Amino acid sequence: MTPESWIYALVGGALIGGASLLAAALTGKIPGISGVFAKAIFPQGDAMWRWCFMFGLIGGAALLFQLSPAAATYSPVKPLWIHAIAGLLVGFGTRCGGGCTSGHGVCGIGLGAKDSLVATLVFMAAAMVTVYLT
Amino acid sequence: MKLTLLFLAGLLFGAGLALSGMTNPAKVIGFLDITEEWDATLAFVMGGALLVFGGGMLLLRRLRSGKGCYGCDLPQCESEPVNRRLIFGAICFGVGWGLSGICPGPALANLAAIRIEALVFVPAMAIGMALHRWLMPSRTAR
Repeated sequence: MTPESWIYALVGGALIGGASLLAAALTGKIPGISGVFAKAIFPQGDAMWRWCFMFGLIGGAALLFQLSPAAATYSPVKPLWIHAIAGLLVGFGTRCGGGCTSGHGVCGIGLGAKDSLVATLVFMAAAMVTVYLT
Repeated sequence: MKLTLLFLAGLLFGAGLALSGMTNPAKVIGFLDITEEWDATLAFVMGGALLVFGGGMLLLRRLRSGKGCYGCDLPQCESEPVNRRLIFGAICFGVGWGLSGICPGPALANLAAIRIEALVFVPAMAIGMALHRWLMPSRTAR
């Protein structure tokens, strides 16, 4: 890690936290991405704001990819069929476990929820073991 | 107005993901792989996000006595019981995340660059969620 990369990481993280805070204050909901996505495609309550948030997310990434070659750096590590299996597991697991990196890891822990802390420790450990074994 | 602001929130979120390098699965795997040269980027991203979200939430709660905008209440700390379902779900998610280096936010963000992995991952994620609805109905989640 170079000195710039951890500054970008902190600033990027602060943007993610600020965006989550804004969305939470506007809707009164916890804006974890897996939950936002799930409740947009299988409408539950108000789907409209969730679509706006997701389109914004894609737009914001598109903007940065254009502006910064560093942000656009992308090196897939695994073959495509692995991504299909991983997507299934992530979809199922985030709904069963109640959240993802943003819903549990940022918002849940940020609110002081014990279940989110446990879930985050468990999925991080599971991911580390998976990387070690594959 | 509310929807425009939510679009803006999404914009900031996506920009943050891309700026911090979290849309690159190699960087995420570099964090998860503690045996090789460890890449701490993800820890800084989560730290920055937690600081702003957690601190901001505390501040908003004080300033607005628990009220959000447009008549809503700020989300509460509602910890659900830590049960087998939560642990099993978190393990499934962790295994998928470790296999690909992609979690839901970066998956959506990578649609912006029409990356083939994201075009496979996102529909697969939707199918996994549908599977969960079918197998285990009625679960509230973040």
